[in-house]
Amino acid sequence: MMLPRRQLVLVAACAVVPRAVATPAEVGALIQALVGDAPLKDGLIHLDLPVMVENGNSVAMSVSVADPPSPVESIHVFAEGNPLPRVAVFRFGPRSGAPRVATRMRLATSQTVIAIARLRDGTCWRDSVDLLVTLAACIE
Amino acid sequence: MKCLLALIAAAILVIGAGERRSGYDDASPETRAMQDDDAANPAFLWVKQGEALWSEPDGTEGKSCAGCHGDVTSLRGVSARYPAFDSKRGLMVTLEQRINLCRTNHMGAGSFAWDDDKLLSLSTLVGLQSRGMALAAEPREPYLSDGAALFRERMGQLNLSCAECHEDRAGLSLGGSLIPQGHPNGYPEYRLEWQGMGSLYRRLRNCMVGVRAEPYSPDSPEATALAFFLAVRANGMQIETPAVRP
Amino acid sequence: MVRVLINVPKQMTAKEPFDVKVLISHPMESGQRRDQLGQTIPRDIINHFMCTLDGETVLEAEFFPAIAANPFLSFSVVAEKSGTLALTFTDDHGVTQTETAAITLT
Repeated sequence: MMLPRRQLVLVAACAVVPRAVATPAEVGALIQALVGDAPLKDGLIHLDLPVMVENGNSVAMSVSVADPPSPVESIHVFAEGNPLPRVAVFRFGPRSGAPRVATRMRLATSQTVIAIARLRDGTCWRDSVDLLVTLAACIE
Repeated sequence: MKCLLALIAAAILVIGAGERRSGYDDASPETRAMQDDDAANPAFLWVKQGEALWSEPDGTEGKSCAGCHGDVTSLRGVSARYPAFDSKRGLMVTLEQRINLCRTNHMGAGSFAWDDDKLLSLSTLVGLQSRGMALAAEPREPYLSDGAALFRERMGQLNLSCAECHEDRAGLSLGGSLIPQGHPNGYPEYRLEWQGMGSLYRRLRNCMVGVRAEPYSPDSPEATALAFFLAVRANGMQIETPAVRP
Repeated sequence: MVRVLINVPKQMTAKEPFDVKVLISHPMESGQRRDQLGQTIPRDIINHFMCTLDGETVLEAEFFPAIAANPFLSFSVVAEKSGTLALTFTDDHGVTQTETAAITLT
C-alpha cells in the first residue's frame, strides 16, 4: 500500500537510528566475557549508591571488598541503563591499602548498576543497586 | 524614613510561616556530604585557581590583588556585606562588580566577563573567607524595594514570579525536585546540574530562562537590585560558600 | 593542564592504610551531548589514572564517559617508609599529566 508522502516522511524519520542505550543483555555479555568460566557469586563486594538520586549528573559511588579470602585484583562497574554500559575498572597494586574506591558517576536514567570483583584465586563476586533517578524540574 | 524602611523590610522579608531554610537543608545527604568535605568539593578546584590568580600581577600597573590586599584571609567578612553600596560612585555593587572595579581602577586591567572562569575563581576565593559568618548586607533604598518588587513580578511565558515558587511554594515539589527558598548564601556554588561552578547571576539568569523570560543583562540595575534583595532577605543566614547544590 | 587537588591525611603511619582524595578539573565530555545546532559534542575524557608510591602501583583505573565531570577519587594507600606519591592522568588525546604528593610518615 502506498503511504501518502507526509506519512512516508514520518516513517523515514522514525527509522533514523535513535540514541543507543545499553541493555541488561549487553551488560550481561560483558560480565560473561569478564568472568569466563570462573564461579560468579553474589556477595563479598559491596556497591554503595543512593537509591534515590537527586541529580544524575554526579552520583557518589563507592565499591569495597571487606576481608577478601584472596587479594582483589580488579573491580569492574557497569550501568545497565546508561548509553554506554561501562563505568570504570579499578586495579589494585601492592601499595594499595585496601580494595576500596570512591568516585562519582553519571546516571542517565533509573536503572541497575552492577559491580564485579575479581580475586586472585579466580573467583568473581557481584553486587548491584537498583536506583531511581529524578530529572531536574526547572529546565534552563 | 528609617521607620518606613524597617516597615517595608519587615513586610517583604517574611518567608511563609516558618524559618528560613538554606538549600543545604533541602539537599540529599550525598550532596551535603560533598559540600562538607573540602577534599571532595569540586569548588576547591576553583579556589585553587583563585589562590594562584590572587598573587599574579595583571594589568598596566603591574599589581596583583595581593599587592594591595595582602593575604586573602584579610578579606574575612567582606563578601558577607555584599551587595554593598559604593558611595563614591553612588551605586549598589555585587562582589563580582567590585572585583572588576578594582581591576579597572587600581590595576589597569580589563573587566572580566560575567561568566569568566577567572572571575568565578576569585569571587569563590573571596567568598570562602566569609564561610560560616552571617550574611550582613546593609538594607538600602531604593534598591531593596526595587528588588522586592522584581521578586514579586510575574515574568516570562510561564508568567511566574520568583515569589510564587520560592516563597509561596517553597518546600513543595516541582516534578521530582524540592523547591528551595532560593537563598544566595552558598554562592558561588558548584551545581550538579551545571557540572560546574557558577555565580548567583548565572542561577538567576537560568531561573529566568526557566520561566521563559528574557534574562536581565549581567550588570543591569535589575540584576543587582534582585541580588541585593535576596541577600537582605537571607541576612543572618550562614554563608556556605562554596556550596554544592543539585 | 588540568587543575588537580590531592589531599593526604595530616598523620600517616607506616603499614597503616590511609585514604588519599583527588579532585581533577575536567569536563569529562561524554560524547552524548548535543550542541545548539544539534550536533554531537565529541567525547573528551580522562580515560586512565595511575597512582604509584615510589614506583610501586597503588591503584590503576580505567574511566569511561559515565565518570562524572570534575572527577573525584578516594582510595587507600599503605606505605612502609616515607616517599612520593605520583598520580598520572591520561586523556583521550593521549596527553598525560603527573602530579606528586609527599608521603611523610610520622
